[in-house]
Amino acid sequence: MARSVASQIFASVLVNAVYAMKNFPVMLINTMLTPFSFIIVITFISHGALFGLAVEGALIMTMVSNGLGLQGDLSHLKNDLKVQEMVVGSPTSATIYIVGMAISELVYALPTLAILVVLSFFFLNVSVIGAIAIGGALFLMFVVAIALGFFFSTITSDVIQSFAFSGMLSTLLSALPPVYYPITYIPMPYQYIAYISPTTYAAQIVQNAAGFINLSTAGLVVDWIVLIAVAVVLMSIAIKKSRWVEV
Amino acid sequence: MTRITCKKLSKRYGKGPIALDNVDLSLDTTGVFALIGRNGAGKTTLVRILSTTLFPTSGDAKIDGVDVVGEADEIRKRIAVLPQEARPIPWMTPRELITSYLMWRGVGYKNAGKKASEALDLLGITKFGDTMHSHMSGGTKRKVLVATVIASGADIIFLDEPTTGLDPISRGEMWDLLAKLKKGRFIFLTTHYLEEAEALADRIGVLDEGKLLAIGSLSELRRKTGYPYSVKILQKADHIKIKLGRVIRGRDGNLQVFTTKKGADELSRRLISNGIKFATNPVSLEDIFYFFVKKKVDEGGEETGGGEWQGA
Repeated sequence: MARSVASQIFASVLVNAVYAMKNFPVMLINTMLTPFSFIIVITFISHGALFGLAVEGALIMTMVSNGLGLQGDLSHLKNDLKVQEMVVGSPTSATIYIVGMAISELVYALPTLAILVVLSFFFLNVSVIGAIAIGGALFLMFVVAIALGFFFSTITSDVIQSFAFSGMLSTLLSALPPVYYPITYIPMPYQYIAYISPTTYAAQIVQNAAGFINLSTAGLVVDWIVLIAVAVVLMSIAIKKSRWVEV
Repeated sequence: MTRITCKKLSKRYGKGPIALDNVDLSLDTTGVFALIGRNGAGKTTLVRILSTTLFPTSGDAKIDGVDVVGEADEIRKRIAVLPQEARPIPWMTPRELITSYLMWRGVGYKNAGKKASEALDLLGITKFGDTMHSHMSGGTKRKVLVATVIASGADIIFLDEPTTGLDPISRGEMWDLLAKLKKGRFIFLTTHYLEEAEALADRIGVLDEGKLLAIGSLSELRRKTGYPYSVKILQKADHIKIKLGRVIRGRDGNLQVFTTKKGADELSRRLISNGIKFATNPVSLEDIFYFFVKKKVDEGGEETGGGEWQGA
């Protein structure tokens, strides 16, 4: 029987995004709630001055939280429902499964992203090059989040462990770093701590592209190098160290 | 003919006790093979290794000469596995679940939908096809999962305790289904319901504490015990001297004698002449299981070693 890789990838998208949104739309509200809550809070606190930054921050948070959402979804399918074991014992490879599940998380983020892109279009002044830079940075953060989500889902044995890792990663990657405000708002020497998180580099690229901060060329190059390196290293670790077949 | 073979297959989880201990197995993949054993006997471990979802610690396992570890991708084209405690995704319908599973196996969307309808029909659950799993009974959910793996068209189906937790009526319905489905495919079934193995299996394996104690058809296992008949004494009869086989005291406190045909005939005559009620039958799988496992579980759950109790 001829096997279609496209079908195998689409199966994950159907299960984790299309059917979930169609049959249980309240899940969709959950993905929108956090980024838009932050926009509202930041806008009120800054009397509207940081609205644009908050929208850019929400874009980053959406990509990160949906990427990390992979961990919970995979853990649920693996540990609670044992559906992943049915997939492991089928012709689907780990790579195909994970690509499909990653796309499903992106599909889940689409309604939120669509609203945020429309807001960016009307309220931000971004050049074409800037838009490409923002897209690239968001994609790399998504890769980072997916890699972490996949890795931790394969080493957790129940959903409680998964929640613990998920909460920790979400805080470290999307709540603590200066996503909704410039890093200069953080007093020294605490700015150095913010640079531990890859999200800080993505936020700087996005904020620079939208004109909220002015990075030097060298600073921008360093941000891209760090972000790309972290994405590549984490994805490599996830692929090599994750367990598809249990040991 | 396709065969499943295991040579000195062992599995230890971390530093815990050994789950599978040097299992040697050679099995034709026709009909139904039932692996019986108590909780923790190693049934799930063996199924997971054979279905390529768990690595063994040592030894090897092959299906048709294809190694389940080194050539797992080849094996996975031919098998489908229903894990123990698997549950259908609550926010999906059976039609959606089966379609998605078939697509994971590489079937196109349209063809997968058609096969899903056929599987629902085969399992007699078409009327639930578009109902969310969260609105179904436990028995129907298990049927959905069986339909899912059957729809794959795989030659070899692993079902790990598919009827655990079902009420007797749902279990009976599942047996009827499995009896129907075994035609044209091999079903590797694990269960701790001995009557299930007796009703469905062409061959039975007895696993205990990671060791494969016996394997064969029910009649072969009866022969292997050396005592193919059971004489169950239905009233107190401790004064009768029995030296015709192996005697155990049953859960009701009365004696049960495992013996040969000649022994059963002789004992029957003595019991009749003493006016004692009894029943003679070929040994059941439950009897065989206790024989091989050599442990008897009392009604209260207390285990006693040995199992052989010589009557007065």
